[in-house]
Amino acid sequence: MPEIFLLSTICLILLIDLFLRDNSRMITYLLTQVAVLATALLAYGAMDGDKITGLYGMYVRDDLAGVLKITILLLTFGVFVYARKYLKDKNIWHGEFYLLGLFAVLGMLVMASANNLLVVYLGLELQALSMYALVAFNRDDGRSTEAAMKYFVLGAVASGLLLYGISILYGLSGRLEIAGVLEYIKSQNVLQNMPLLFSLVFIVAGISFKFGAVPFHMWVPDVYQGAPTAVTMFLGSVPKVAALAMLLRVLAESMGAAQAGWGQLLLVFGLLSVFLGNLVAIAQLSLKRMLAYSTIAHMGFILLGALTGTKDGYSAALFYTITYTMMSAGAFAILILLSRDGFEAESLDDLKGLNERNPWYAFIMMLFLFSMAGIPPTVGFYAKLSIIQSVMHAGYLWPAVFMVVMSVIGAFYYLRAIKMMYFDAPPENVGAVNAELDFNVLISINGILMVLLGIFPSALMSICYLAMNSSL
Amino acid sequence: MIPLSHFLIIAAVLFSISVAGMFLNRKNMLVLLMCIELMLLSVNMNFVAFSYYLGDMAGQVFVFFILTVAAAEAAIGLAILVTLFRNRRTINVQELDAMKG
Repeated sequence: MPEIFLLSTICLILLIDLFLRDNSRMITYLLTQVAVLATALLAYGAMDGDKITGLYGMYVRDDLAGVLKITILLLTFGVFVYARKYLKDKNIWHGEFYLLGLFAVLGMLVMASANNLLVVYLGLELQALSMYALVAFNRDDGRSTEAAMKYFVLGAVASGLLLYGISILYGLSGRLEIAGVLEYIKSQNVLQNMPLLFSLVFIVAGISFKFGAVPFHMWVPDVYQGAPTAVTMFLGSVPKVAALAMLLRVLAESMGAAQAGWGQLLLVFGLLSVFLGNLVAIAQLSLKRMLAYSTIAHMGFILLGALTGTKDGYSAALFYTITYTMMSAGAFAILILLSRDGFEAESLDDLKGLNERNPWYAFIMMLFLFSMAGIPPTVGFYAKLSIIQSVMHAGYLWPAVFMVVMSVIGAFYYLRAIKMMYFDAPPENVGAVNAELDFNVLISINGILMVLLGIFPSALMSICYLAMNSSL
Repeated sequence: MIPLSHFLIIAAVLFSISVAGMFLNRKNMLVLLMCIELMLLSVNMNFVAFSYYLGDMAGQVFVFFILTVAAAEAAIGLAILVTLFRNRRTINVQELDAMKG
């Protein structure tokens, strides 16, 4: 299993890193990347279309888990490449970043193939605990530690809420396995069963927190702004896939029959997120905070796709998550390019005149921003379209209209950033921006994928649909 | 024999105290960490009570895992608190307002 391989490699890298001098930290980096890619290969090899449970039914191996794991691992690979430049520039080039990142990835992989609520919780905590430490990575920076403290307190409360919900669900059904809970819920009249609804509220609140959806969004802007940009990039992309994995495993798979209950909650949370995220982002002057609020809006879209309770909706949400995490990682990578030693690029003004400083980076950033705004032919358009389609098919007409209106309003702040890149003069005494070869190649591929996937979305879409079809 | 509902009520009261403590506390970060611990303990109470009355061991196993994770969580929380104090010279909740918007 890929997880066992990853765990043993992490322990090995941890030991090796201990004996390395500071100037040979590159070895840790290379080993980490090899471990990530090898795990992705193993996860790919384990995808064979059937659904197999192991470890006394605690663990499941199916196509959905495979797709989620490969997405998580490939994204992590990209994020680690981007992060290297930032860590070196900022003089925080320590092995701990990669090790904590790998532990977080391990937790996400566990969540992706959990078949028991206990395993979901353990994976979630492994991911969250590594993330708290990562946010405080720049430990001499007051803002970084403050962000970590906020993230920690709110994250721990969210885990507490989730656990309370799980404990009540356990008391009602007497089971912790996903299939056992499903069996119990199928035999109940969900909307009449008050204790069940009570536990549902707590579980949905815990999951929404991990997404950063309104009204559990308070941590998102502060953590995005306070954390070092490399960590923000990691936090803003990979864990979103894991959050979707948790939603699919807990809500869709084990409580699928209770969709009438949690669907209403997700509808409210999703609409509020799309509304508040897009409106507040307009008022932001810090680019990191703007991207944070835009994340909230995008998470609203994913929740709205998932609330339909249909396979179309789930696969649209999966498609949206995969493509959104790619553009989010790319946009933060451009932010990393603009930072240098002693200077943290985070205000919108830092984007000014990027076209004059480096036209190719400006073009790629434009692709990312177009894609976030949902302008064709980029993939963001198709992702939004498929979500809105599935929401309409499920009979929610006015939420679909509301989503369209809010995306039009949201386009404003993305276009404003593009205008700054192309039509404003760069600030004085800044040089050209450049990076190493691997960074350039990867960001170019990342940007071009935005267009390619936008023109030919059917391949990825059918992968998402097949994964849902064979697993749920 | 004590009925199940008594245990559930105590757990719910503990849970509410921890949530109230988080909202009412405006001074000390340590109190927040204590509230988080209390919240996890109230969940443990629920699990043990259910496990006993259902005659199913899975709930008690879950409690062991929660206790272990809570210990790790407290370690990380206190570590962050120490670095925060080193940078800021305060652990007052109200003074954590460097970021706004």
